[in-house]
Amino acid sequence: MNRQAQAVVLFLFGGAILKASLTDLYLRYVKEGLRPFLIAAGAALVLSAIMTIWYDLRAQPSDDGDDHGHAHHEPRVGWFLILPVLALLLVAPPALGSYTAGQSGTVQINAESDYPPLPAGDPAVIGLLDYASRAIYDDGRSLDGRRVRMTGFVSTGDDGVPMLARIVVSCCAADGRPIKVGLTGGPLVDVPAGTWLQVTGRYTAQRGKDPVNQADIAYVEVEQWQPVDPPKQQYE
Amino acid sequence: MTDTLERKRTRSVEVEALAVILVLLVIFRESISGFIDGAALQTWITVFVSVLVQAVPFLVFGVLLSAVIAVFVPRSFWARALPRHPALAVPAASVAGVVLPGCECGAVPIAGSLIRRGVTPAAALAFLLAAPAINPIVLTATAVAFPGNPEMVLARGLASLVVAVLMGWLWLRLGKTEWIRLPHRHDEGASKGRAFWSACRHDVVHAGGFLVVGAAAAATINVVVPEAWLQTLAADPVLSVLALAVLAVLLSICSEADAFVAASLSQFSLTSRLVFLVVGPMVDLKLISMQAGVFGRGFAVRFAPATFVVAVLAAVGAGAVLL
Repeated sequence: MNRQAQAVVLFLFGGAILKASLTDLYLRYVKEGLRPFLIAAGAALVLSAIMTIWYDLRAQPSDDGDDHGHAHHEPRVGWFLILPVLALLLVAPPALGSYTAGQSGTVQINAESDYPPLPAGDPAVIGLLDYASRAIYDDGRSLDGRRVRMTGFVSTGDDGVPMLARIVVSCCAADGRPIKVGLTGGPLVDVPAGTWLQVTGRYTAQRGKDPVNQADIAYVEVEQWQPVDPPKQQYE
Repeated sequence: MTDTLERKRTRSVEVEALAVILVLLVIFRESISGFIDGAALQTWITVFVSVLVQAVPFLVFGVLLSAVIAVFVPRSFWARALPRHPALAVPAASVAGVVLPGCECGAVPIAGSLIRRGVTPAAALAFLLAAPAINPIVLTATAVAFPGNPEMVLARGLASLVVAVLMGWLWLRLGKTEWIRLPHRHDEGASKGRAFWSACRHDVVHAGGFLVVGAAAAATINVVVPEAWLQTLAADPVLSVLALAVLAVLLSICSEADAFVAASLSQFSLTSRLVFLVVGPMVDLKLISMQAGVFGRGFAVRFAPATFVVAVLAAVGAGAVLL
C-alpha cells in the first residue's frame, strides 16, 4: 500500500466518520456524548490525509526512497479501512431492533434503593427500563393508580405474545441488549415485529419469563396503542 | 532509473484500482443493498460499524499523541530519565508508560528506538508492555466502557503494571541480548512536520486496519455464536478465563478500543473480561507479527508465550482481589 493509496483511504475513512457524526447516523451505533470526539477524530483523519498528499507533492525526487525502501513497513492491512467506509456510506445499517430482541434475553435489571415518584402528567411518559425496574423490584408501588405511556418496537416471543421492546446500550451498539415488557389486555396488537408503537396502559402484577434467558418480564395492561415513527434516539 | 519508473507505475495503479472499485460500488449500490437484506447480516454490519465508530476517536487521539511524543520528545530524554540500575529502570520504565499514551502498535517502534538509544532492553520491554495498557486514554476508555464497575479500571492498571515489571525482571534474569535483532532505520533526518504526519498516517492505517479485522471478528462472535453457547462457556470460571484470553490474542484489538469489545461480552464474568483486557494489549496476533518485525523472530517466539502466561495469572490474581 503506497502513500497516496493510504492518503485516499484515510480521507475516505475520515469523511465517512464526519458524515456519520454531522448527521444523525451516528446515533444508530454509539451514544450521543461521543459526537464532538467523532467530529474531531474525523477532521484529524481528513487533515492527515491532506498533509500526506501535501508532503508527497512537495517531496524532492530523492526523498522518494524514504518510505519505499523497506516493504514490511507498508501496512497492507490498511486496505481493510475501506470496509467501514463502504458500510457507513453505502449501506448505513439500521439501529439494532427486533432481530436482536428476538436473539437475546432481556437485560438484567438493577434494583434501585429508592424509586422517586413518576413524572407529572397523565399519562406519565417513562422508559421501558424504568417501568420494568419499578414493576419487578418495587412490585409496582410507585406505578399504582397512574397511567403510563411508553414507546418501543414490537417483539414477538416464541409463544406469539407481543412484547414492547427497546435496545439498551451502555456504550455502543455492540453491547446492545433488549429490555422487554409484555403487553396484555386492550386492543389486539396485530402489527408485525419491529413496528414502533406508543402504548398507554396501567401496571399489572402479571409476570412472564424471557424465552431466551428465563429472566423476569414485567407486563403492562394496555389501554390503547398506536403506531409511531421511530424516535431519533432509538436506544434507551 | 527503471526501478523508479516501476515504482511510479505501481503507485498510480493502486489509487486508480481503488477509484474504479469505488465507482462500481456506487453504481451497483442498489443491488448490493439487496444482498444484505438478511436481518442477521444487517445486525452484523451494525455491530461491526458501531465497534469501529466507538473506537475511532480513541484510536485517532492515541495516534496523534504518540506521534507528538515520538517526533517532538528527543529519544535521548528517556535514556537520561531512567535510573541507571537495570532492576530499578524496569519499574520506572513501566510507570513511564502511564504518561505515554498510545496503542500497542505505537509502543513497539518506540521500544525499538529506546533499545537503539541505549536503554536496557529489560526496561524497554517493560515499557512496551505497560504503555499500551495503563495510559490515561486506555484507562478512560475502560471507565467509559464499564460505567457500573469503576474497579475495573484500577484492576486493569494494576494487573498490567505487575505483568510489565515481572516480564522486565524476567528478561534481566533469563533474557539474551542476541535474541533481539533490530533492523536499520531509514527515516532519520526528515523534517519534524513531515515525520509527524508520516507517523500519524502510518499508525492510523496500520492500527486502523487491524482494528477493522478485530471489529469484524467481534461482530461475528456477537452475531453468529449463539447466546446459549456463550453462556455455557461463560458459566465455567476456568473455561471463561481461558476462552477470553485466547480471544484477546486472536482478535488483536487496539488497546484503545478493546474495553468496548470486552463490555459487549456481557455474559462473561468481570474477571475473565479483565483477563481479556490485560492479555490483549500485551500479546496478540498483530503484536507478535510486529515484534517479529522490529525485534526479530527469535525474540517474538520466546517473549509472547511467556507474556501470555504471566498476564493471565496476574489478571486472575487482580480479579480475585479487586473485582
